Amino acid sequence: MSAIGLNRAVVDRVPMHRRRKLVNVIALSLSLAAMAFGLFWLLWILFETVRLGAGGIAFATFVQSTPAPNVEGGGLANAIVGSVVMVLLGTGIGTPIGILAGIYLAEYGRNTWLGHITRFINDILLSAPSIVIGLFVYTIIVARTRSFSGFAGVIALALIVIPVVVRTTENMLQLIPNALREAAFALGAPKWIVIRSVTLRAAVAGVVTGVLLAVARIAGETAPLLFTALSNQFFSLDLRSPMANLPVTIFKFAMSPFANWQHLAWAGVFIITLGVLALNVAARVLFRKRD
Amino acid sequence: MDAKVAVPSKLQARNLNFYYGKFHALKNINLDIAEKRVTAFIGPSGCGKSTLLRVFNRMFELYPEQRAEGEIVIDGEDILKSKEDVALVRAKIGMIFQKPTPFPMSIYDNIAFGVRLFERLTRAQMDERVEWALRKAALWNEVKDKLQQSGTSLSGGQQQRLCIARGIAVRPEVILLDEPCSALDPISTSKIEELIEELKADFTVAIVTHNMQQAARVSDYTAYMYLGEMIEFGETDQIFIKPARKETEDYITGRFG
Amino acid sequence: MTATMTTTTIQSEAMQSPQQALRRRSGQVGDLIFAGVARLAAVITLALLVAIIVSLVAGAWPSIKHFGLAFLWTAEWDPVQQKFGGLIMIYGTLMTSLIALLIAVPVSFGIALFLTELSPRWLKRPLGTAIELLAAVPSIVYGMWGLLVFSPILAEFVQQPLQNAFGSAPFVGQLFSGPPVGIGILSAGIILAIMIIPFIAAVMRDVFEVTPAMLKESAYGVGATTWEVVWKVVLPYTKTGVIGGIMLGLGRALGETMAVTFVIGNFNQLSSLSLFEAANSITSALANEFAEASPGLHEASLIYLGLLLFFITFVVLALSKLLLLRLQRSEGKRT
Repeated sequence: MSAIGLNRAVVDRVPMHRRRKLVNVIALSLSLAAMAFGLFWLLWILFETVRLGAGGIAFATFVQSTPAPNVEGGGLANAIVGSVVMVLLGTGIGTPIGILAGIYLAEYGRNTWLGHITRFINDILLSAPSIVIGLFVYTIIVARTRSFSGFAGVIALALIVIPVVVRTTENMLQLIPNALREAAFALGAPKWIVIRSVTLRAAVAGVVTGVLLAVARIAGETAPLLFTALSNQFFSLDLRSPMANLPVTIFKFAMSPFANWQHLAWAGVFIITLGVLALNVAARVLFRKRD
Repeated sequence: MDAKVAVPSKLQARNLNFYYGKFHALKNINLDIAEKRVTAFIGPSGCGKSTLLRVFNRMFELYPEQRAEGEIVIDGEDILKSKEDVALVRAKIGMIFQKPTPFPMSIYDNIAFGVRLFERLTRAQMDERVEWALRKAALWNEVKDKLQQSGTSLSGGQQQRLCIARGIAVRPEVILLDEPCSALDPISTSKIEELIEELKADFTVAIVTHNMQQAARVSDYTAYMYLGEMIEFGETDQIFIKPARKETEDYITGRFG
Repeated sequence: MTATMTTTTIQSEAMQSPQQALRRRSGQVGDLIFAGVARLAAVITLALLVAIIVSLVAGAWPSIKHFGLAFLWTAEWDPVQQKFGGLIMIYGTLMTSLIALLIAVPVSFGIALFLTELSPRWLKRPLGTAIELLAAVPSIVYGMWGLLVFSPILAEFVQQPLQNAFGSAPFVGQLFSGPPVGIGILSAGIILAIMIIPFIAAVMRDVFEVTPAMLKESAYGVGATTWEVVWKVVLPYTKTGVIGGIMLGLGRALGETMAVTFVIGNFNQLSSLSLFEAANSITSALANEFAEASPGLHEASLIYLGLLLFFITFVVLALSKLLLLRLQRSEGKRT
């Protein structure tokens, strides 16, 4: 009886093979189901956000400040402006530190102990609970100054930006081929000029992408602002006192029993989601264009 | 093994040994690179020819696990031990790489980059230098109307000539070419080979190539290397027509490598 | 040619002039300054971690001194009587994260399998992007959607039927007692699951993708089915990375605030094992109580909780990172 050349017809009739095929089909169907499952939630969440939020958007939403409970009308202007201000400042403070640290990791510290530890710690800070960051800023700023402030909120956001920008900057710089650096060194350029004028410049699209992603991340963060900037019923640009912002306002309004507040909360959610998704898509498009 | 040349020698290696970590990559290299001539380095992959080139301009110092022992003498001074700033050494010895590496800036700025590091020129002087370098690299006519365009917008062969122009612009005395044509098509390759012929009027040239016909075409002297050792060195005609050592002959006739 | 050559010689001598000496000096100074600033930025990152730990310990100290380690297993939270114990919140955090993992891991595995083995090429990127967008949605959106859209539906279509079916069964029935209103540990767990799926799925997909094609082909070559190749060859090969990814997801679940706060119920009691019961997690307790906490033991106890959370997530994330690093090293890939 030849052991070579299993007859296909014979094999197919073997129960074990039939069962293996069945298991395969089941497993693959489940995998398809899992994919659909993931997509389903995304689509449902987006759908509901649009449905419940878009309707509440009016011109007034952007120009009027938050109303008192059970008062009709009003908008989210103070919260939107406050968020924009804090996000911009937070990014402005965190980005330079992040880029410089990323440069250190990619260009100076690839094999040093400081580099290894910083990379490790940075990755942990990247995924650390943002509420702990808020707590930290509370203890060092709010407790000292005895007041919640927009400034504390800005610092909390900056601390979240830093690890994100460090990670993306380092990754982008590492993608630049060594030959480009060497070509600049070969001309006699000092290291800091090689980095500034050649390496960083070549990686600029990726680095900007990283910054955009960081902005998208902090635009939606609530926890770090809960006990730093708190929120504010009124329009105020004073960084030394509590500052209105979209996420905390949404939190307060959504958990309340007042209908008009809940409507505004949905509108706020819609605005944030739109902004964050737009930033993400922009970052991806920018990144893909760099080839 | 004696690698002396009849013409005055610009660059000499004496008892050069090189290590990647524990790996002994170059073993007791002694050779002279003739002034204003083209010296080619041939040999199978991994024989150390690129490594040797990268010792000449101390490029290896960027990487901590790499270290060189011995002497590299240029104009009487041992540059491996010199206290002189390595940037100045590199300005004297230019290098062109395997793949074209245009900087992410305009063609003009690419050329001006190196010059600006060391000289303060007026706009008119810089224009003159850029034109001179591009002419020397046989690229001027093709780019003179688009100097402000990005260096990456050129074709592969043009980019490599741009890199050559960039290397020349700082007026080095020696030019090191590390397989400069390996990423180019045949027509661009022959343009660059013509260029090398012209360059030797002003510069001392050392070229690493895995293409033996190229070495035979462009060089005056050839060195054959194998496993980190200099097997044979001599005038190109003599090496290719009547090599002194059997290993060289085996490589050249394609019996191996 | 001769003219240019003369200029060349003249200018090379000129190149040794003071101009060059000037440039050389500024190059070295520039290098020192730039390198110094870059290193400082790296040190700041490091210092941040130390500062966080130190300030949290300092803030929690009154509570640490008063309650000591017993805080970890005391299930009491009474601001009036100044009696605090973290067990309620710790339980809430751990339970919700556990539920989240139970749901998210198989689903992420399925998604990763789909993306690497089943999906047609043109679909891979859009689907991958869609899953990544799930990660980009801010948690407050999840929270609000969870509270106002999801929980009523969960109550009606899942919790009530479950309670009707199993409510009186021994042991298991305990899990399903409690008010089926869509708030509580189960809701929070499910929403957390949805939030961490993209993270785990992304890591799994990445490690599946770098499995050497030859390895998979050898398995296919002896007649294995797709499922068998993935389950018996790819998964064991990538198991370090997979575990690293799971721990990454766990780390995020432990630290998630807003999504949990909206639906967990904020109830400071641990009276039953029911999944339907309202509860509290460390993050939701902090979110709800901290801003108005009275200074002293209340505030310090909350910070104590925050310190515990930081410690737990630190350990989990550090392990995850070490595992992923070990995987990279064994692949021979050094970034």
